[in-house]
Amino acid sequence: MKLTIQVNEGPYQHQATDSAYNFAVAALEKGHEIFRIFFYHDGVNNGTRLTTPPQDDRNIVERWSALGEKHNLDMVVCVAAAQRRGIVDDGEAQRNGKDATNIAPGFRISGLGQLVEGAIQSDRLVVFGD
Amino acid sequence: MSVTKKFLYVNRRPPYGTIYAWEALEVVLIGAAFEQDVTLAFIDDGVYQLTEGQDTTAAGFKNFSPTYRSLGDYEVTKIYVEKESLEERGLTLDDLQHLTWEDEDDDWAEKDSIKLVSRSELAEIMAGQDVMFNF
Repeated sequence: MKLTIQVNEGPYQHQATDSAYNFAVAALEKGHEIFRIFFYHDGVNNGTRLTTPPQDDRNIVERWSALGEKHNLDMVVCVAAAQRRGIVDDGEAQRNGKDATNIAPGFRISGLGQLVEGAIQSDRLVVFGD
Repeated sequence: MSVTKKFLYVNRRPPYGTIYAWEALEVVLIGAAFEQDVTLAFIDDGVYQLTEGQDTTAAGFKNFSPTYRSLGDYEVTKIYVEKESLEERGLTLDDLQHLTWEDEDDDWAEKDSIKLVSRSELAEIMAGQDVMFNF
């Protein structure tokens, strides 16, 4: 089955992001295809490489990056939500005159159309959040 | 992209306090460009999103409620409000904005977008969808 996963909550604050990750891992193990993972609302905070959790805890951002690299996943951070919350890549830094970037490896910033397209192209849209 | 799916956006939260309502509306507006069969539902505290006369001055938030009036121009014409959710909050249809759309197949007649539906009717509407967004 072809899946698009939507993550609506930030890391550590909310279990939704852990559940989404575990679901993605399980789906891939079962041979399903993940068309896209779309990060929205505070979910965009899953995509900052500046996250530094305590060493005895899981590193949620690095975990996403590793999964993305292993399976060549399309992990998209919503641009409108990212701009509000300060998730920045090179293009956004240039466009908005910011002096830094923080996007984590494997993530890209793009528009909400990517979420809608994912819902159209996939057999299921699976949403994680309250 | 020739696939047309039935999209239901379920709005469950009040308009302010969290950003879910506003960012949900942003998805609806962007999603309209994809020409899917779109329906909006407002349930629970989500019915407050459509109330008339919102004033956010004191809170300092942007009042985005006028944006709902443009939904008709985006060909979003099916807006279902759950009757029980309204009643539980002491609201009636008269407390909501009057949202309309122009029907080009009927000499551009102005028609109401909002329809009150019961909880059980809404359950049937949900069962008939291809994609559900929850906000």
